[in-house]
Amino acid sequence: MMETLAYYLQFDFVRYALIVGTLIGLCASLLGVSLVLKRFSFIGDGLSHVAFGAVAIAAVLRVESDMVVVIPVTVIAAVALLALGNKTAIRGDAAIAMISVAALAIGYLLLSRYSGSANISADVCSSLFGSTSILTLTGADVGFCVVISVVVILMFVLLFHKIFAVTFDESFAKGTGIQTEIYNGLIAVITALVIVVAMELAGSLLVSALIIFPALSAMRVFKSFRSVTVCAAVLSVVGTLSGILISIFVATPVGASIVAVDLGIFIVFAAVGKVKG
Amino acid sequence: MIQIQCQNLKLGYEKQIVASDISFQVSKGDYLCILGENGSGKSTLIKTLLGLKKPLGGSLRFGEDIRTNEIGYLPQQSQLQRDFPASVEEIVLSGCVNRLGLKPFYGKLEKEIARENMEQLGILNLAGKCYRELSGGQQQRVLLARALCATRKLLLLDEPVAGLDPKATAEMYELIAQLNREQGITIIMVSHDVLEAVPFASHILYMSHQDTFFGDRESYFKSPYGQMYASMLQVRREKQP
Repeated sequence: MMETLAYYLQFDFVRYALIVGTLIGLCASLLGVSLVLKRFSFIGDGLSHVAFGAVAIAAVLRVESDMVVVIPVTVIAAVALLALGNKTAIRGDAAIAMISVAALAIGYLLLSRYSGSANISADVCSSLFGSTSILTLTGADVGFCVVISVVVILMFVLLFHKIFAVTFDESFAKGTGIQTEIYNGLIAVITALVIVVAMELAGSLLVSALIIFPALSAMRVFKSFRSVTVCAAVLSVVGTLSGILISIFVATPVGASIVAVDLGIFIVFAAVGKVKG
Repeated sequence: MIQIQCQNLKLGYEKQIVASDISFQVSKGDYLCILGENGSGKSTLIKTLLGLKKPLGGSLRFGEDIRTNEIGYLPQQSQLQRDFPASVEEIVLSGCVNRLGLKPFYGKLEKEIARENMEQLGILNLAGKCYRELSGGQQQRVLLARALCATRKLLLLDEPVAGLDPKATAEMYELIAQLNREQGITIIMVSHDVLEAVPFASHILYMSHQDTFFGDRESYFKSPYGQMYASMLQVRREKQP
């Protein structure tokens, strides 16, 4: 086992995958704690569908890099959903459901009508469930991911106490003069960035699992905000790394393997939480 | 010294006006009790005072010694998430968040302020405990300690005794009155429990669908709303032998 692992680690693509996996896992779980507690678990799901639609548009427009289209579109959708959510005529959960299915439909429509690719169903399947692209990352992909991850992690650490105050009780924070809109907007932008990056790993249907599972597992057992956050980060990295390794060893899809491991961890933690009381 | 001055305030959502012509003022050391029927706009008034909503008309001015970041708010219990993982210390410390400015972490000063407030409210022994596992009365003390970390000037309390048992209710009222009396902290309290709340108040704002009343406690007793209060008190006395 260890020998096989050592053998695989000789390859750049395996090392890249593990680095990127660790970073994405960290970002997704840090964000997940806030999103789950703000009752926004579904946002990750909605945004990833929007990102899928954007990928389709990028494919149709044949732009150089998908990201030029995907990042702005997803960021705008995130700000609209998270920051303006409470002021629209359609309630938050309905709005998310609507945007998310509409983006899926339009994305699929565009891809099947205008894409130049020979094998459309394979393309669609890989953007929905995650491709093996995590195993074909280039140095530049890794660089992009490292930059975004470091920004997200730094912001989270530096704003930890403010994010706690705004997440726990927005009215109070506002009453004491905290610009809650800025933090909500910031969380929205970070969410969009993390989802765009994490989609590489798990595909748009599964990416929200990376965000919610670690937070939910940690909340079964731990009882302070700090310990939940730290535990979620550790669980997420463990889950992501084991998922990637499993997929390399037994040739399963990367995204699905990670989510399966995350689910296993959740079941264990739920049981531990029950026993501890 | 006047801390809050409201003139002909008009409150509501988009096209629907919830309350209009609300005028009152709060001076340093006052204990204002806001009473009123359901739907008369009490919660909207609170949101407006906190800066969460803009008034549709009229004026709302804060005195020179009150900046908007100096209102300590105690929300209704139901608005907080019951499954939120947070320790008592984390929550009380979060009252100091407006002192941080651009600093990322709490320093000695903030931790000392949090400790003092926890000690004053008798919850220092709960510091490491999980908030969601406390009793209703203990939870309210935690939120009160948090509010005191944010300000020593003005507390805005929204139904602070809702859901508490009679003993915890009495303790809570006594605690609030003590902060007002001994430390000169201005209190604005929303309550629907007229009989319990009025005896502590120095001023009353009564909001109804027809009009609003504002005055000190003496003039409240003489007003039609005060007469209503007297008859309710009468009924209560007859029930309790």
